[in-house]
Amino acid sequence: MTDGRIEEHTGRLTRWQAAMVIARRDFFAILFSRTFIFFLLGPLFPIVVGVLAGGIGSSVRDQVDQPELGVMLDAGATIRLGEAHARLYPQMGGALPAIQRVEPADPRTALQDNARNLGAILSGSIEQPVLVGTQDQIASWHGPVGLLLAEAIREGAPPERPAIALVPTATSTADVTRSRLVTAQSGQVLLFLLIMLLAGMVLSNLVEEKGNKVIEILAAAIPMESVFLGKLFAMLAVSMVGIVVWLGVGGAIYLGAGNSIPVLPEPAVGWPLFIAFGVVYFSMGYLLLGSLFLAIGSLATTVREVQTLSMPVTMLQLVVFFFASYALAATGTWVEWFAILFPFSSPFAMFARAAIDPVLWPHLLAIGWQAASVALFVTIGARLFRRWVMKSGPRGAKKRSAWSRLFGRKTKLT
Amino acid sequence: MVHKLAIEAEGLLKRFEGTLAVSGVDLAVPEGAIYGILGPNGAGKTTTIRMLLGIIDPDEGWRTLLGSDDPVSMAHAVGYLPEERGLYPAMKAYEAIAFMGALRGLSLDEGRRRGRELLEGYGLGYAADRQVRQLSKGMAQTVQLLGTLVHRPRLVVFDEPFSGLDAINQGKLELLIRDLAKEGTTVIFSTHVIAHAERLCDEVAIIAGGEVPFAGPVDEARDRIRPRVRLETAARDGRWRDALPEGTRPEGAFWNFELPETGVEPLLRALIEGEAGIQSLSIERAGLHDAFVEIAGEAAARQLEADMAHEVGSETR
Repeated sequence: MTDGRIEEHTGRLTRWQAAMVIARRDFFAILFSRTFIFFLLGPLFPIVVGVLAGGIGSSVRDQVDQPELGVMLDAGATIRLGEAHARLYPQMGGALPAIQRVEPADPRTALQDNARNLGAILSGSIEQPVLVGTQDQIASWHGPVGLLLAEAIREGAPPERPAIALVPTATSTADVTRSRLVTAQSGQVLLFLLIMLLAGMVLSNLVEEKGNKVIEILAAAIPMESVFLGKLFAMLAVSMVGIVVWLGVGGAIYLGAGNSIPVLPEPAVGWPLFIAFGVVYFSMGYLLLGSLFLAIGSLATTVREVQTLSMPVTMLQLVVFFFASYALAATGTWVEWFAILFPFSSPFAMFARAAIDPVLWPHLLAIGWQAASVALFVTIGARLFRRWVMKSGPRGAKKRSAWSRLFGRKTKLT
Repeated sequence: MVHKLAIEAEGLLKRFEGTLAVSGVDLAVPEGAIYGILGPNGAGKTTTIRMLLGIIDPDEGWRTLLGSDDPVSMAHAVGYLPEERGLYPAMKAYEAIAFMGALRGLSLDEGRRRGRELLEGYGLGYAADRQVRQLSKGMAQTVQLLGTLVHRPRLVVFDEPFSGLDAINQGKLELLIRDLAKEGTTVIFSTHVIAHAERLCDEVAIIAGGEVPFAGPVDEARDRIRPRVRLETAARDGRWRDALPEGTRPEGAFWNFELPETGVEPLLRALIEGEAGIQSLSIERAGLHDAFVEIAGEAAARQLEADMAHEVGSETR
């Protein structure tokens, strides 16, 4: 009779199956929403603006002349200086400023002349020269101008340079360490930006769920842990789609820009593994922060509450990121170990480590530890949710804010 | 006859931030029954239902749902329509039904097929491909109701299902509940409208102030109040009046009084032997409303009436 009503199509879902039902719904709902278009375009705006600004800046730089050295000497000295400049320029190139004759006057006034692009004025005489200019400029030109004057004083042909045999090597220890640090830092920054951008989306997704009142249907049908996990995985999958799109656009920009974009040095574990670690540590970092945001979302009932509660977490995440960056310079010390063990900084620290250290086994341990932390945060978040959100107290009972629920004193039992 | 229990609960207690929401709830819902949870708004009906379904855990007490003490593990055999209706606005109607089935373990393909079938059956086939946001409130409520039933559950729980429905749809829902029960499905619903419970329920739990002063068959609740006797006599006085409860006064030709504890037979004998000249005699059994007043108290009854008036007012507006 009644038992026969449960047909072959219906069966008890495992927690993972239940999570996948939520993940599938959320993934497609977000993917086919207008929000996703804005989500995709969001990071592209700064990139496009940056590229445009860079292009305009470069164009402006090209149009603006390099600062020149104004020569306020007598005619003979000016000629000698010009000849010396002609002799030295092939060897020194851009290190030697271009020179321009300036009518004798007050050097300070000449420097204010907007019609010329003078960085400094050389006055006095070749034997007793005076260089007038801003502190930075005269410090920068002191050496080259001294060399130029010495050449002008010297009689005869310039000395022959001995031929230097050039033997390039692939690398040196100092160079490798320094360049891999650059890769590590770049990786950390990219990881941080992506995680911060995407983890917040989980929060707004949960608040929306509360708003449309579907959450009680979900909570009655499947464990809250599955709801949370499903939402995290859906957003992770959405993030991956976003990253693929952004990488595609980034690749196109790179191809279009050619050599003007610097290439990062190869990381210690090699590029393929480094990229794989990037995906894994992004996922872990995202899941960690996302689970924390979900726990916060479970406490909040309004968007305003969500903003109030998530702001300190965002700030703390920034601190954690700076800490992980600092730990880069403290390899082997307790600082690095703490950064690796603290769940929220662990993905950053380990991703950076992949850039500078080829040993692989610590990554397996770290990924396991981070996964366990995710499970812990999801469980805590789900419990908080069941404890604080799914309730309908007696009519007239005063609602307490999320802050009060977290830190306020408990009301005495009635 | 011993019934298997769809739900059994004992001593359920829930506090929210120190405020006692539900205190010491004992329930036993037989399989296949239509069971009402009756009480005014804020009495603890929703909290009780949420505890029974495992949406929240009780602070004290225990419950079993379809024999399991982990209610969520039986979700595939349960349908639940919460008081606050909610659907994803961007979902199509049949997809929304399929999704609710998927949450309960029904395959999506089968859910979609049944979703279209159910919508057709309810005369909403034309709206199957419409997004929920494009449906009227009543249509959206029907979609959610069908989503609650799509996986053909053994136990269906409706929290205030009649709220916000017009009279026609209330009638349709009553019919649906009866049909479900005929098919062997256990139906539990909460309500603050006594008439629904009286018409539909085999058993009720009366809940007021977070406590359940009565849980059992509707007849048992009504039997808490002695039946009223309405007697019309030819004689105005005589020995027969000794059989009437003390202080009973005539109202025209009629006498209204509570049936004596000794029952109807001794009363009849005394009236006949005393030559009362019985013109008419009717015994009126107490209604559920009177039983509610008796069991839950005047204040709870007044609250219940105020809730009903408020709802009627809202619908009129």
